[in-house]
Amino acid sequence: MAQATSPPEVVRESGQARRYNSDAAGLGRLRAGAFAAPALLLIAVFLVFPALWVLYLGLTNYRLTGIAAAEPQFVGLDNLISAVSDPTFWSSTWLTVQFVLGSAVIGQVGLGFAIAWLLRDRQGPLKRLVEGLVILAWILPSAIVSFLWVALLDRDGGTLNALLSTPQFAPLLDHPMLSIIVFNTWRGTAFSMMLYGAALGNVPPSHLESARLAGASGWQQLRDVVFPHIRGHILTNLLLISLWTFNDFTPFLLTAGGPDGQSEVLAVHVYKVALQGGELGYGAAVSTIILLINLVVAVFYLRLLRSKK
Amino acid sequence: MALRKRSMGVVAVLAASVVGLAACGQSSGGSGDAIELTITQNAIAGGKNAAGADFIANWVIPKFEAAQKAKGKDVKVKFVPSGVDDEQYKTKLSLDLKSGKGADVMDIDSIWAGEFAEAGYLKPLPDLVGAEADSWDGWAQIPEAVQGMAMYNGKKYALPVGTDGRVLYFNKTLFQKAGLPADWQPTSWQEILDAGTKLKSSGVPVPIQINAGTAMGEATSMQGVLPLLVGAGGEVQQNGKWTGASQPLKDALGLYQKIYGGGLGDPKLQQEAKGRDKSFQQFAEGKIGILLEGDYFWRSVINPAEGVAKMADRDQSVGYAMIPAMEPGKGIKGQDFVSMSGGSLRAVNPNSEHPKEAFELATFTLSPEALKEETKDGNVRITPRTDVNKDILAGEPLMTFISEKVLPVTAFRPPVAVYPQVSVALQEATAAVVSGTAPDQAAADYQKKLEGIVGGAGNIAS
Amino acid sequence: MTRFVLGRIGFYTLIAVLLAFFTIPLLWLVTAPFTSDPTYKVSVPDFTLDNFRAIAEHPYALPSLWNSVLLSAGTALLVVILAALAAYALSRVRLPGRDALLYTLLLLSSIITGTAAMVPLFQLAVQLNLIDSQLGLILILTGGLLPAAIFMMKDFMDATPKSYEESARVFGATPLQIVRHVVVPLVRPGLATIGVWAVANVWGNFLMPYLLLSDVEKQPAAVITYTLYTEGGQANLSMLSTFGLLYSIPVVLMYLFVSKKYGFRFHGGIKR
Repeated sequence: MAQATSPPEVVRESGQARRYNSDAAGLGRLRAGAFAAPALLLIAVFLVFPALWVLYLGLTNYRLTGIAAAEPQFVGLDNLISAVSDPTFWSSTWLTVQFVLGSAVIGQVGLGFAIAWLLRDRQGPLKRLVEGLVILAWILPSAIVSFLWVALLDRDGGTLNALLSTPQFAPLLDHPMLSIIVFNTWRGTAFSMMLYGAALGNVPPSHLESARLAGASGWQQLRDVVFPHIRGHILTNLLLISLWTFNDFTPFLLTAGGPDGQSEVLAVHVYKVALQGGELGYGAAVSTIILLINLVVAVFYLRLLRSKK
Repeated sequence: MALRKRSMGVVAVLAASVVGLAACGQSSGGSGDAIELTITQNAIAGGKNAAGADFIANWVIPKFEAAQKAKGKDVKVKFVPSGVDDEQYKTKLSLDLKSGKGADVMDIDSIWAGEFAEAGYLKPLPDLVGAEADSWDGWAQIPEAVQGMAMYNGKKYALPVGTDGRVLYFNKTLFQKAGLPADWQPTSWQEILDAGTKLKSSGVPVPIQINAGTAMGEATSMQGVLPLLVGAGGEVQQNGKWTGASQPLKDALGLYQKIYGGGLGDPKLQQEAKGRDKSFQQFAEGKIGILLEGDYFWRSVINPAEGVAKMADRDQSVGYAMIPAMEPGKGIKGQDFVSMSGGSLRAVNPNSEHPKEAFELATFTLSPEALKEETKDGNVRITPRTDVNKDILAGEPLMTFISEKVLPVTAFRPPVAVYPQVSVALQEATAAVVSGTAPDQAAADYQKKLEGIVGGAGNIAS
Repeated sequence: MTRFVLGRIGFYTLIAVLLAFFTIPLLWLVTAPFTSDPTYKVSVPDFTLDNFRAIAEHPYALPSLWNSVLLSAGTALLVVILAALAAYALSRVRLPGRDALLYTLLLLSSIITGTAAMVPLFQLAVQLNLIDSQLGLILILTGGLLPAAIFMMKDFMDATPKSYEESARVFGATPLQIVRHVVVPLVRPGLATIGVWAVANVWGNFLMPYLLLSDVEKQPAAVITYTLYTEGGQANLSMLSTFGLLYSIPVVLMYLFVSKKYGFRFHGGIKR
């Protein structure tokens, strides 16, 4: 991890200098602990504790209402077993994989980096306009965004059909996964764009300059100068975006998981089960499975980006 | 060194303030001897059910406080508005009640009564408030079927707030063009299909809209498969046993197949996330011939003054008819016509510190004066009381129609905790038929799912 | 020269496509508020201001925007400060099990944003007496956002050169002073990114504020948005679109402010 996130210079430096460098401000362990304490305390109380509680709920038949709300029973792995023996769960998982790969990895990360790279040396209104629009798409509340996209993709009066002169074309019904992938790319690109924008700002211009003078093409500059510098950011970005996309239930507002479950990704599945059906125990169990999948994904990213060293 | 100390101090203060913030939560605004009551509804001024929220805030609270003062009691009432999706409102109520909190008086959907009672979120009224619960003079005015919504296992858990009914709306202008009568009243499903065929050949884009699919949620059950099911003589649950792949269900799904497989309806609309909204807009634009909906559609959707899909000529161009059984006499209890009804309940929170006063407040909101005040200025709805309905519905032909013709033949959903899941399974069955599955197959799949939901084949009537 | 021209053309074509992709879905938000009785169709508005009048008369709409600002600014501030301190410490001092801890926290944070977590969070808030307290809500939201924020922040901290810190230390500055006056300016774009990210997360959050705040006067705009429906769940499109437009203005202002003040790139010319 440390290797992956540290810029290459630090790693290349030799033992003595490195030890001195890593704690340049003379923090020491005690003070470092004090610096981290407020954050860790909040995390412990408001994150770790409730999250463990959710994991426990997944082992019960707890419901929002009814007898199982008054006296929840410990059912062990029953929820997990009934989840994995349910074919709709597996189709949801497969849809989620498509959703994450399509909208997060290819869509948001790709487009986000592309915009950040295109605009890296620019100042002024054009940059601000592009960035502002991208961020607006990200920051508008989902309740309103869903209306925007229905207005765009609607079969009868949708803007897309009006622009393409394709009346009665119904993307949300005929291509529900593609629709929510494009939607989520639109929705979430801002984060990657901002992260890469900030990361690219930390690439010393002098390095790029010397690469350019040495006749490196744009792609070579990217690969040899930029990429090593922002490798840690790429890892973080991929990890976070994947994690969030796995848990994102906004597609529900666009397609309600339909038609016939064709866009019911896991987070929508949990939403339907837990909030609409009140089956919180089962919903928590599915959340646990999502957590395990995320763990696998995290390990995969770590290996991928570390092995390139 | 001094500087260093200060920096440590800042961190310590920050850490301490985080802990401190966690400790000081809400401020308690308790005051002297006054009894404080809260009342909540899924209503909010300026938003969902705004009229109801305004009525509580501007009429009920001052009047009730004054009436209590006259009796020498100092009572303060606060309205807690909500106004979100019913499922989210239900979630919040459940969490509140589970933690021993919540408003003293709260409105719930009648369909939640069973699951709330089973969870201990509601208690039988007599246990909470004593003999007053049964001796309230309002009960004598509430029809038995409406009282039934507030009962679970033979006990009264709340006060019914009102009810509704479902009818077939039709566009008289389109009917005229298709050569159909303005006082249309089908007596069998076949007559609905025949009208649909005529509408179609006269160029109506969507002759019939009967909700189907999962995207519309409970609207598919209440304005779709359930009225058809009772029309075919079946009920979703009868005498404690659930109905599986029965003939009535196959018949109901068969009607869906005839409508959506036969080009009389728009199958795609049933799959759209905003399909119901769009069906309203399309009816208002004169694109839909026949639509099965509740009285809510008339009052709040195509209302020429404040509907979400206004129809300026609603009173002239929109007709309504009772929902026929499959064939005369084929409905439940041998009926010729059928409908489905729901409604809200006003419950007293078992956690209330002042249950008697809370009950008084609840009954106060259901007194004839209060109901008349609430329903004036075009806010007419069907109240639980027959004495009030007689007066307020007089100038409202549709509401009178529902109250007098539809309510006597209507049916209610089973108020049990698993109903929402059963309902989703029914919606999935209609979705399957609309996208081409044979009704028998969809019914068999429904039965399979039902077994998983209700705990085995033993709970399903064979 | 031709290569340069082609590059220009390519650049502007790409930008035009991007602008179209991000603008077209927003069209409805600009036309519907000025249309009487809008539908899902984007059409030329009749430029009525009635919808805005209705929102202005709404008892909770405009105050709720202020609540949103309060909640998101409070959360963003807390997240940025706490994450910066923690990330700096974790970046500079090697604590045993640090990376494993960070990854575990990050994975757990994904569960907390899920629907299933509402019961534990609600009951926790009840136990700590944080129900109906905006401060409590800020703490809960902060707790959920911190792991990801620390994670991102640590990357920025790792990438900063240490030479300035060393010299500052030589001049007798305390660690906190070093963080404030040396490290923070270096990672400013990262701080701004995380601040905006935190705001975005809180700005649209509906479920947690709705469940944890019972007093409607404390509710943020995300909750009020959900109340602009009829009793049957039909969207009041004129109110929704108008409120949506107003709802996005503070965010645009915030973006302009942040990008002007903190968004500049730091190319400090540090020789490493």
